[in-house]
Amino acid sequence: MAEIKAIATRDSYGQTLAQLGAKHHDLVVFDADLAGSTKTSIFQEAFPSRHFDCGIAEANMMAAAAGAASMGLVPFVSSFAMFAAGRAFEQVRNSIGYPHLNVKIGASHAGISVGEDGASHQCCEDFALMRSIPGMVVMCPSDDVEAKAMVRAAYEYNGPVYMRLGRSPVPVFHNSDQYSFEIGKGEIVMDGTDIAIIATGLMTAEAITAGHILSQKGISTCVINMPTIKPLDEVVVLDAAKKCGRIITCEEHSIIGGLGEAVCSLLSEKLPTPVRRIGVNDVFGCSGPASELLKMYGLCADNIVTNALDMIK
Amino acid sequence: MTSEEKKQLLITACKVRIGVIESTHSANSGHPGGSLSSADYLTYLYFKELNIDPNNPSWPDRDRFVLSKGHAAPALYAVLAHRGFFPVKDLLTLRHVGSYLQGHPNMNETPGIDMSTGSLGQGISAAAGMALAAKYMNKDCRVYALLGDGEIQEGEVWEALMFAHHYKLDNLCIAIDNNKLQIDGNVADVMSPYPIPDKLRAFGFIVKEIDGHDFEQIESALNEARATKGAPFAIIMDTVKGKGVSYMENQASWHGKGPNDKEYEQAMDELNARLAELEAM
Repeated sequence: MAEIKAIATRDSYGQTLAQLGAKHHDLVVFDADLAGSTKTSIFQEAFPSRHFDCGIAEANMMAAAAGAASMGLVPFVSSFAMFAAGRAFEQVRNSIGYPHLNVKIGASHAGISVGEDGASHQCCEDFALMRSIPGMVVMCPSDDVEAKAMVRAAYEYNGPVYMRLGRSPVPVFHNSDQYSFEIGKGEIVMDGTDIAIIATGLMTAEAITAGHILSQKGISTCVINMPTIKPLDEVVVLDAAKKCGRIITCEEHSIIGGLGEAVCSLLSEKLPTPVRRIGVNDVFGCSGPASELLKMYGLCADNIVTNALDMIK
Repeated sequence: MTSEEKKQLLITACKVRIGVIESTHSANSGHPGGSLSSADYLTYLYFKELNIDPNNPSWPDRDRFVLSKGHAAPALYAVLAHRGFFPVKDLLTLRHVGSYLQGHPNMNETPGIDMSTGSLGQGISAAAGMALAAKYMNKDCRVYALLGDGEIQEGEVWEALMFAHHYKLDNLCIAIDNNKLQIDGNVADVMSPYPIPDKLRAFGFIVKEIDGHDFEQIESALNEARATKGAPFAIIMDTVKGKGVSYMENQASWHGKGPNDKEYEQAMDELNARLAELEAM
């Protein structure tokens, strides 16, 4: 078997911005002293006059991007998720969300996989914060191919978008030639009838691994990749619930306010179905290598398998 | 400025003040104090300074204005109405259910509003972003923002000042309505931002201090702002909160409430008498 490539979605983001920038002169980038980390530096090298460093001042950056969008530009704004969604929440809510301005937030270093920097930087609340803003599209790519398609779709879409990007390399499982992306659409990666695993971000690769393990045990497993958290693909979730009767959600985010809760809210109203939420269990993270932390917090295929077997027995 | 131009500005500003009183009375809420302190500046801006077209409010090359102190919306709405953006009678719908005149400005509902504001500190950032965008897009338009003196207690304001200086936004002109009062009392007692001119100069702004109720001084400051190259411009206006209504002047308690029927009658008597006096001049 050929070796699987692993690429961090922040790299996919920076590269795609640079490609889009060559064609679209209304695309500008704002960053807050983190261009090297968020990878908007790739765009900056190509188009220095269109990359505006705002310094360590995220509140001003968000509202300034709103002002630029009101003039007809398409600003992509980047920082770490902690500061983009966390610190600048109210600027995103009032200056971008309320007027529904065409600002794209590319927030990197989200979740536990930030690793060594520890809890102060491991934002596991960004889906919850951004989902609560009316009209905000909230997305999280599972690999390089999806991230690139997502950035392009975000540019084409007219309205505010939040994209969550990761620091750590993640396996590339999509085939770029066959993959098409649409905002608000889930993707059935593996079909099955005993249990459905709905995952987003780096947890999709873990869900696929879990799906293979479960299939080998004779459990017919459906694996759904859910790159858009809001608006949620209700059809895909309801079909999976109808077909499988059991659902596990997987996200590198707090179990409060993210994909799991979105799925539970939908199902409790339209088709009550048992759901297990795998995510960060209402705790802060800690320092350590990303791969170790993901295992430690149960954000791995083994934990998905354990939960699936427990639900089925 | 000719004496006739000045007279017309005084008359318009008086009508704007009447609009503030009528609308906040009708809403039984709102912010008359800071609306009245900024009424003269807003009147001059919309009748003499801004390159705008009331018949085409979203004209892409227009000058922009951001009311960073969004609670002064009643003054801005009254100015926009008298400038022809929408009917003056609609001012009475302020803050009513279904009205396009929201408690704080909404750019998607109200003709002539360039940015939704209300949460203090954000408007100046948006204005700075507009000025940056205008430069990038090679537009000649200018961007104006009005802030409260209490508002500059917000840390984001100072982030925006750094940004405006760093990117040499000489197409940006901010004004600070220094009426010296905020909700809890004297700005100096609540959390002093003084000395404002020294701080703004230290942040790289060209600063002009004026009497914010003197049209000649407003005109001269805005002319200087337009002629300034290479740095952003700040006008610090000495103003009176509640200006033009005797019992509201210099009273922090008139920050955020509408006049009752009796107070409304008195305010209208005073303003109508002033209007008659001006028209007879």
